[in-house]
Amino acid sequence: MHELSIAMSIVELAEEEAQRREVWINVVHLKLGALSGVVREALLSCYEMACEGTALQGSRLEVEDVPVVIFCSSCQSRRPLSSMQLFCCSECGTPSSEIVQGKEIEVVALEIQECAPNPV
Amino acid sequence: MRPEPRLIEVRKNVLKQNDLVARSLRGRFRAAGVFVVSLVSSPGSGKTAFLEKTLTLLRPNYRVAALVGDLATENDALRLARSQAPVKQITTGTLCHLEAAMVQSALEDWNLDELDFLFIENVGNLVCPSSYDLGEDLRLVLISVTEGEDKPLKYPTIFNSADVALVTKLDLAEAVEFDWDVACRNIQAVRPGMPVLKLSAKTGAGMDEYLSFLAARLSELRQTVTSV
Repeated sequence: MHELSIAMSIVELAEEEAQRREVWINVVHLKLGALSGVVREALLSCYEMACEGTALQGSRLEVEDVPVVIFCSSCQSRRPLSSMQLFCCSECGTPSSEIVQGKEIEVVALEIQECAPNPV
Repeated sequence: MRPEPRLIEVRKNVLKQNDLVARSLRGRFRAAGVFVVSLVSSPGSGKTAFLEKTLTLLRPNYRVAALVGDLATENDALRLARSQAPVKQITTGTLCHLEAAMVQSALEDWNLDELDFLFIENVGNLVCPSSYDLGEDLRLVLISVTEGEDKPLKYPTIFNSADVALVTKLDLAEAVEFDWDVACRNIQAVRPGMPVLKLSAKTGAGMDEYLSFLAARLSELRQTVTSV
């Protein structure tokens, strides 16, 4: 299980953004590819642990699952995969190893709150 | 009163740090003209026996070295050292995979210019290593005949991150009624076009084909480097 180290990288990256922009972060939005090798549920439970004692404590991780999309050389177009056990075009059945989407582990957005000038 | 929250767009690859280190490693490997092969598989599929055989057979003609990752113990490094090649163990502690930075620091006191082939044996794990680029030229995924033919279907991600599949422990194939055609079909289902080699580190069967494949890839690499 490597989700804890992935969660720690997410927190580190978000903390940098928070410091640079001088904001609080409420929610981190993440795109997670089906071929990323990362398990969503494990990542979510590790995230809370990774946030502890950091500026991200109390924040939430929103994960958007990204399905695998391949490029079909016969159809000359991008096609979603119908099964992770069969890498071929969902329309014509041509096998394809050309993956155009589905490997990402990417922070895409942050829900932020400006730091109040005089916190009470 | 606190201001209203708002959403800002960012685009940050979470593994960027690893990818940057891997890219810099790849640059160093290219500059030194060393061909780097990494091995991934489940625990017990025969990575170390296979690597020991590889190092022993390559050593008369090539300058070879290996890094070997494990959670604990130096056992693998000791086994591989029997090949007389330089070997270094990377002990990961509780980490279930190698990261580019570990490879970088393990290589600190090695002169890459003195090598033709560098092998990196990852921690035995068919899940976690798939996410981490180590700067290698070639990633081999090993599946032993004793594991069953459906490993590729169960772990499509790691097969997708690899370049070549090696079926190992061929000497046991008959005893466990390993079905070669089914295994090949499963590999091709999750990674169409993937080259598949079969061998036995114990008997040496299939090793020649694999070693010529490596030698061809090394000369290919050297040609691209000199032609740039």
